[in-house]
Amino acid sequence: MTTVDIAAPATGRISAASSARKAFVAILWRDVFVTGKELWVLFIQVALTPLFMLFIFAKVLAKQGFVSGTYGHLLLPGIVALAAFLTALQSVAFPLVMEFGWTKEIEDRLLAPLPTSWVTLEKLVIATLRGLFAAVIMYPIGALVLGSAPWRPSGFPLLLVVILLGAWVGAGIGITLGTLITPAKISIMFGLVLTPLMFTGATQYPWPTLSSMRWFQVITAFNPLTYCAEGVRAAMVPEFPHIQPWICIVVLLASSVVFTFTGMMTFRRRAYS
Amino acid sequence: MADADGRVAVEVIELVKRYPKRDVNAVDGLSFAVREGEVFGLLGPNGAGKTTTVGVLTTRVKATSGKAILAGIDVLRDPVAARARLAVVPQRSNLDRALTPRQNLTFHAAYHGVGRAERNARAAALLEQFGLLEQADIKVDWYSGGMAQRLMIARALIHEPEVLFLDEPTTGLDPQARRFVWDRIRELRERGVTILLTTHDMDEAAELTDRVGIVDHGKLLAMNTPAALIRGLSGQSVLELTVTPGPGDNADALIAALVGLDGVDKAERVAAAMPAFPGGGNGFPGGFPGFGGGGPGGGAARPKGGVATVVPDGAAPVQLRLYLTVEPATMLGPVVTLLAPRSAELTDVHIGQPSLEDVFIELTGRGLR
Repeated sequence: MTTVDIAAPATGRISAASSARKAFVAILWRDVFVTGKELWVLFIQVALTPLFMLFIFAKVLAKQGFVSGTYGHLLLPGIVALAAFLTALQSVAFPLVMEFGWTKEIEDRLLAPLPTSWVTLEKLVIATLRGLFAAVIMYPIGALVLGSAPWRPSGFPLLLVVILLGAWVGAGIGITLGTLITPAKISIMFGLVLTPLMFTGATQYPWPTLSSMRWFQVITAFNPLTYCAEGVRAAMVPEFPHIQPWICIVVLLASSVVFTFTGMMTFRRRAYS
Repeated sequence: MADADGRVAVEVIELVKRYPKRDVNAVDGLSFAVREGEVFGLLGPNGAGKTTTVGVLTTRVKATSGKAILAGIDVLRDPVAARARLAVVPQRSNLDRALTPRQNLTFHAAYHGVGRAERNARAAALLEQFGLLEQADIKVDWYSGGMAQRLMIARALIHEPEVLFLDEPTTGLDPQARRFVWDRIRELRERGVTILLTTHDMDEAAELTDRVGIVDHGKLLAMNTPAALIRGLSGQSVLELTVTPGPGDNADALIAALVGLDGVDKAERVAAAMPAFPGGGNGFPGGFPGFGGGGPGGGAARPKGGVATVVPDGAAPVQLRLYLTVEPATMLGPVVTLLAPRSAELTDVHIGQPSLEDVFIELTGRGLR
């Protein structure tokens, strides 16, 4: 049996920057590892709601003649955006509520030799990756449900940019919520935040056509998800009316700055007393 | 304030912590130092400021003012470097439930930059050392409280910290698990790891620590070795005597004489607890049954419906309590020497040993928190 020699002199202590980098990679690897182990959980968590939405609105209602056959092609980009945004948000918000409020699991990572802001950054990265993953699987599944899907390779760069930014914003909102809310109030978060976010995000309708309902158009303009959905539409189905891609990118960038900042602040406040 | 006999591992200087929206300081100008390789116990009632102090030292609580130094590092200025040198075993499990016990160890080591081969070897060694090898790859959720505690100690050790913080390490553990944890702590101390533990268990503190600091209301009330603190509890070391005064003598005269002895701080007759018995007549033997200051014997032995017979002091045994400033055993000789010429008959002796708990109560009071 090898014994662990605790009293061994701490020879060659690595520099703080290098230890922080190593710790960052290690905590990111921990989250990737756990995500991989529980991929089906993530899948159910993220894919089911958008999938049902797609099925009912674009398949069932179209079959019955309530919506036109082309609606599916308008809805799918919105659903892809929704999946990226919502997955990033939920997959970081719920675990954080539990880890800070109940299991205290995160403490071991808060005590790792890296700045607390890096732990927040790691959460933003893993949540964004999960959002990206959700968008990637949502597309083929959506195509299967609809029987067809828009395909526009020239829109891929824009698609990637708005999906990444949308997921990042979702992650920032998720961290902010996850560090503000106590386990007891987790159901309020669902009702008060998630549902309005889902339905005011221009995922099921193109934003420019809302001009006939000015008040709702104004409300949706405040939801970052709107710009993600509009951006995806601009990339995949530019034939539908959509907000200019540069506006989408600018607003998403600004939102990611805002919510990265709020996430960092609330995370820090939760991690320290 | 480095002591002559060792370098300082942990030092807290004039530490103040005031939480927002509170009108009192949780930690109020606390200062103490822990030597390298020392096991230091931080004792205090709930809410005394122990957890906050440990929180500051472990980088989780921001101090309002003051300094906290750990392994030569200013914790408040460079928390990242401090984290590399410390480890925390919390009172409640904070194990990573998404990982197996073994992975809890290897991932923790990875966070602290231990290479893959090395962390796997250390994890295996620690799992064996802590008797968890058989259950190393199951769910953490299936672990009992004692197993979780052992795993958390193993996890704390895997990155070879210089200072280990243990928060009530054996609260809620069964006696077996408690002994196991105590043994591990003693081993660590032999290996020279500095340990700072907080506890409510006075036996634990007396058993394990080299020195303790007693805090209350965020201030340090006393700091010394448990033995010295107990010794310092003046008048708390107690010798109880049952004496039958000789003819013409009485209890008051005896008390006056006993107080005159060196080492006796105070003497009193334990009247309330042990009413004076009528001597002779009732068939009592010389010594009291159930002696010990108001024990069950006192009330039961009272003769039923007994007529209050006034008996001169000289005839009845009396119980006297001496509060000492010295070891009780050393007073036996002088007491006997004093009693013999007065023809007083010593029938029972009881030594009341003060404990760390008495020190604790003396300093922090009896009030509930």
